[in-house]
Amino acid sequence: MTSSARRLADSVLPAAALVAMVAALYMVFVYVPSDRVQGIVQRIFYFHVPLAIVTFLAFGVTAVGSALFLWRGGREWDRLAHASAEIGMVLCTLVLITGPIWARPIWGTWWTWDARLTTTLILWLIYAAYLMMRTVSGPGEQGARYAAILGVVGAVDIPIINRSVYWWRTIHPAVLVTREGGSGLSDPRMGLTLGVSFTAILLLFAWLLWLRTESARLRDALEDMRQQVVGQ
Amino acid sequence: MFALLRKDLQIEFRTKETLSSLFLLGLLTLLVLSFAFDPTSDLRGEAAPGALWVAVIFAGVLGLNRSFLAERDNECLQGLLLCPVDRGTIYLAKVVANFLFMLAAQVVIVPVFVFFFNVPASLGLVGVFLTIAIGLLGFSAVGTLFAAIAVRTRAREVMLPLLLLPLVVPLFIAGVKVTGRLLPAKPLGDMAPWLHLMVGFDVVFLVVGWLVFEYAVEE
Repeated sequence: MTSSARRLADSVLPAAALVAMVAALYMVFVYVPSDRVQGIVQRIFYFHVPLAIVTFLAFGVTAVGSALFLWRGGREWDRLAHASAEIGMVLCTLVLITGPIWARPIWGTWWTWDARLTTTLILWLIYAAYLMMRTVSGPGEQGARYAAILGVVGAVDIPIINRSVYWWRTIHPAVLVTREGGSGLSDPRMGLTLGVSFTAILLLFAWLLWLRTESARLRDALEDMRQQVVGQ
Repeated sequence: MFALLRKDLQIEFRTKETLSSLFLLGLLTLLVLSFAFDPTSDLRGEAAPGALWVAVIFAGVLGLNRSFLAERDNECLQGLLLCPVDRGTIYLAKVVANFLFMLAAQVVIVPVFVFFFNVPASLGLVGVFLTIAIGLLGFSAVGTLFAAIAVRTRAREVMLPLLLLPLVVPLFIAGVKVTGRLLPAKPLGDMAPWLHLMVGFDVVFLVVGWLVFEYAVEE
């Protein structure tokens, strides 16, 4: 990437994320009307759902990065996969925190063994193992390859896990596309708010991903330089 | 492949280390789980399939951990990799060996389970044994891949269960479901999708493992 593109990403991404986040906060707390049945607690949905979607995106990036790293080699793919897994882990944790906050007043319980909840929890566990793997196998090529294998196997496994826990039991509301074909969002302002907060989370993810891959790239470059100096 | 498989089996027949530790761990798990549920309670019957599968999985993790430890000592893995065969073949041989060890342990674990949990001995037990066999094949397929990886990380005994258990959740759920149906010797009926899921899991991860094992053992 050229240095001007770098500078652009460094300045535009955080600014755009900030603007979108402030707009999302305003819309969630002030602009959007409360849900008639669920009341004020429903507003957490505008963060919960975008977080969940971007979590899947982040782990998807990890899976693709892992596969490309195994197939084509190249440390940039590994850096991308690693950075995305780290951020995905944070987002996934937030999903698992915001969900119960909503579920407690609405379902009357913090946690149920619903398919989506269970899948998200298992996803969290798989990527916790992924990140642990990176720490116990140390830096360098071998650890990266091991983590990439888990990245690929995990991605193949997720649909199977989802199917199995879905058959097992499910009660999670399907808000965006309900079985009747309609949407659970009764007011157009709700859809707009969801769109804005989704954009905010997405931009935040893009910015963090950029920061993490950049710092990993610089660390690798530094390591190479050190090797050269010491090696002489 | 058969030579490699024979090597593993022969070592096992001579030392019987893996098998005996699998038996004992499975037995101990069942014992501990028997204490967890009151013997007079109805819950015990409900919990029985789960208890059986916990014992199977715990014993399995132990066996998988052992399978590459032996190769690691004296640099045997290097020797294996020098064999003029495809890495995928080494993987398949290891999967089959681990599968056979874990399956052999079930010959003891299932009867002990029947004994402890007071399960009516019926023809359903044959079905349970077959279900476990299907589950263990997939378990071995994923487990062998990650055992090869975990053995070369710093925290190897801990890493394997951390990596493996979340991945085999579908097998576990399906296994418990099907076993719960088979134990009272009810017809399988609507349990067929679960069996399909298990078989699908086996096939998918045998293929994935066969493809990526190469990267797991590369230096």
